[in-house]
Amino acid sequence: MPENRTRPAYRIIGKAAPRPDAWAKVFGDTAYAHDYTVPGMLCAKVLRSRHPAARVLSIDTGDAEKLPGVDAVLTAKDVPNNETATRFGQTHQVGGFEGLYRVLAEKKIRFKGEAVALVAATSEAVAEEALGLIHVEYEPLEGVFDPVEAKQAGAYQVGEDESNVICSYKVRKGDVEEGFKLADVVVEQTYRVPMVDHAYLEPESGVAWLDQDGVITIRSATQVIEHFRGIADVLGVSHNRVRIIAPMLGGGFGGKEDITVETYLALLVWKTRKPVSLTYTREESIRSHGKRHPYVMRYKTGATKAGKLVALEAELTSDAGGYVYLSPWVLLYSTVGATGPYDIPHVKVDSETVLTNNTFSSANRGFGAPQVCFACESQLDELAKQLGLSPLEIRRKNYLRTGDALATGRVLEHSVETEQTADRALEALGEPSGPSSPTERIGRGIASSMTSYGRMTFLHDTSRALVSIEMDGSVSVRCGLQDVGGGQASSLAQIAAEVLGVPMEDVTVYVGDSALTPLAGTTTATRLLYMSGNATKKAATAVRHSLVKKAADLLDVDPEELAMGDRQIYSAGDPDRAVALERVVKACAADGIPLYDVAQFNAPARELIDFQTGQGQVFPDFTFGTQAMEVSVDIETGAVKVLKIVSCYDVGQAINTLSAEGQLHGGALYGLGYGMMEEVVLDKGNTLTPSFAEYLIPSAVDVPDVKTIMIESGGGVGPFGAKGLGEPSCVPAAAAFANAVSDAIGARVCDLPVTPERILKALGRF
Amino acid sequence: MMTKRRVTLTVNGEHVEPLVEANALLVNVLREELQLTGTKYCCGTGQCGGCTVLVNGEPILSCLTLAVAVDGADILTIEGVAKPDGSLDPIQEAFLDHGAVQCGFCTPGMILMAKDLLAHDPSPSEERIREHLRGNLCRCTGYHRIVKAIGSCGQ
Repeated sequence: MPENRTRPAYRIIGKAAPRPDAWAKVFGDTAYAHDYTVPGMLCAKVLRSRHPAARVLSIDTGDAEKLPGVDAVLTAKDVPNNETATRFGQTHQVGGFEGLYRVLAEKKIRFKGEAVALVAATSEAVAEEALGLIHVEYEPLEGVFDPVEAKQAGAYQVGEDESNVICSYKVRKGDVEEGFKLADVVVEQTYRVPMVDHAYLEPESGVAWLDQDGVITIRSATQVIEHFRGIADVLGVSHNRVRIIAPMLGGGFGGKEDITVETYLALLVWKTRKPVSLTYTREESIRSHGKRHPYVMRYKTGATKAGKLVALEAELTSDAGGYVYLSPWVLLYSTVGATGPYDIPHVKVDSETVLTNNTFSSANRGFGAPQVCFACESQLDELAKQLGLSPLEIRRKNYLRTGDALATGRVLEHSVETEQTADRALEALGEPSGPSSPTERIGRGIASSMTSYGRMTFLHDTSRALVSIEMDGSVSVRCGLQDVGGGQASSLAQIAAEVLGVPMEDVTVYVGDSALTPLAGTTTATRLLYMSGNATKKAATAVRHSLVKKAADLLDVDPEELAMGDRQIYSAGDPDRAVALERVVKACAADGIPLYDVAQFNAPARELIDFQTGQGQVFPDFTFGTQAMEVSVDIETGAVKVLKIVSCYDVGQAINTLSAEGQLHGGALYGLGYGMMEEVVLDKGNTLTPSFAEYLIPSAVDVPDVKTIMIESGGGVGPFGAKGLGEPSCVPAAAAFANAVSDAIGARVCDLPVTPERILKALGRF
Repeated sequence: MMTKRRVTLTVNGEHVEPLVEANALLVNVLREELQLTGTKYCCGTGQCGGCTVLVNGEPILSCLTLAVAVDGADILTIEGVAKPDGSLDPIQEAFLDHGAVQCGFCTPGMILMAKDLLAHDPSPSEERIREHLRGNLCRCTGYHRIVKAIGSCGQ
């Protein structure tokens, strides 16, 4: 169905609505985690390991404890349950998916920057001085820093009694050997992608205190307030004795999905009984907190002369770093996504995630999708080149369509508009630019992706929202979400306003308090709008039904005839027959009719897939899109200028066009940074890029405007047919960039980032 | 303990005399002594522009500036950008209308850089805007709407 559906007549949904949270932000009034103070607050600091691999022989905290102004020094022996697993609010526990980690180091150090001790003191300077007075005796060990090496028999063991190989998956469809016999052309290549940082501007930060009832209350920059359970487990207290409040975040991108400062704060508050604050330095953030997994990916793909894909074989190895965290989850996303948005009859995917002594990796925007997208889309272009087809032609012959099955057997029952996104993205690049100097070469590239939104279905995800209408007709939404800056809270205001017939400014949204707002799950997995949007719509619709029923009595009309808008309930056929919303609310209140509803939305719940064949359903739905780029490459210097970027997605239904386009703009650059310049460089576990002077992300002069095209198929499973955009919008950009460079220079760079040095190397110039 | 010095500043039109340590950074004095937390600490090494404030009309990185070094200066932070009656500055209005704000952490620095640019060049080209913002990182917006918002303020 290439044409867009006829849009229903929404009053507020699908409009460009300035976000309520933006007001405080332009005044500088938003109180982020680091902007909040509690009287008598101590300052915390973390002592981190200087070695990537070592045995901790002894820790002497005596001198640090004696320093005036130091309230507490904690090490592993002070942590009641030090070996722990992060859980992320899932209702269904599944073996093999525990995000195992240690709160504070003991026995073996597993990566450089691992937390060894915590200090709380009266000032930052004293806390810093105390760190220098903690004497740790290490026995340095050899360590292992390459994931392929780490999985060999006899490799250095990162942990004490566990294999370096955390887990492995397989996808099997058809017979890949037979498939390659059908191929006229086969391409094979190994691709490597680097570790990258989230580089949110707000570093990890929080403040915690004991409230008057003795509840440990943590106000922190987190994407997951439901970490309160895991923190309570570490302390050995009941879950209802820990509360997390999430203020507005200064960016998350998956980096605030894992626990950051929260457990440290809870331990220090528990020990000192005083409020404590902790904010990471940028260097600490880059060196010590989770990253995007580096991958080594061997791909082999075959196609017929006509350009039809017949077989794909992939071997993926991801570097988890020193601890497990979310590596098994990320790897499963990569494994399912390894075949891209393509219909391939014979598929064999094998994947492993491996411990090393590098900085640990975990969630990062795209969650395993950008890595395999780069490899798969590179293969498509190589096949096209050998077959004499254009990149668009080969893709059009192979895109999955609605009703087709993935290699995992999952049938795509919802809208799949990948082809339309590719046609339109390429078309929007317009006339090709001409080179501006004799050494410049112009190239174009596209890449398509299929990226899930919503959590893995075997986690049985749920979300709740409470919608209430006040006596004056104003509306409150309470939802335990975390607003990472994408307009999460604002979108719920829009949904409630649409359903209840009030302007958006009449709605106030209360978010992010594990004690006071109905639990809504994580702001991760591009699930927020899908899950909490549906819960909010469901709750608002229930309130609407009560109001409409009462209005029908007051107006003496059939409830079916009534509509809501402009703070009124009126007859759709005779708008003069109307009653003010406020009057209906008061009438309901007088009759004892509830003026609120708490709704729970459940995602489809499925059984765990078969890890030997990969068969089963892993995700609720997917977002499809294509990014197209035009670049100019100077073949003397390898320097690349990005001339044009187009990002085209089927968004299902944009709730707020400003926010949806904003995701497409920002996502394209997040992905382009991955393709063009970003890399956490490690030398035997030591980070060589610990600041924004070495770890470069795109600045305003590195990029042109991003042209966005939104297709609204209405075919998503989110509210009003919306799909999720947060992660999908960043996935293909690196691949599109690499394909454009390859088109320009006639040679391929198989490792990210595609730097000038690698371009010159691909050209045989050094 | 380091000896403290009193510095005289005009911050957002108000005369203040905070007592500061000789090594106190301006960003910390603004945030902790004066409770002006709109100025952000992001990298601490002058590489992202999140702590930008205007000192005597010029943008400086407050995370690299000692408070004692700006003794006597007139400082504008994000909290002083709105008009005295609380109504929006045209740049703030443009940021709202264009959807140039996502997480908002870079916003104070971006708005102050825009004020500086428009004071020197009332109708800057898009290229000039991008060049002017090159030291101010944003991870959410892709800069697109920030550039458009500032451009819309041109005369």
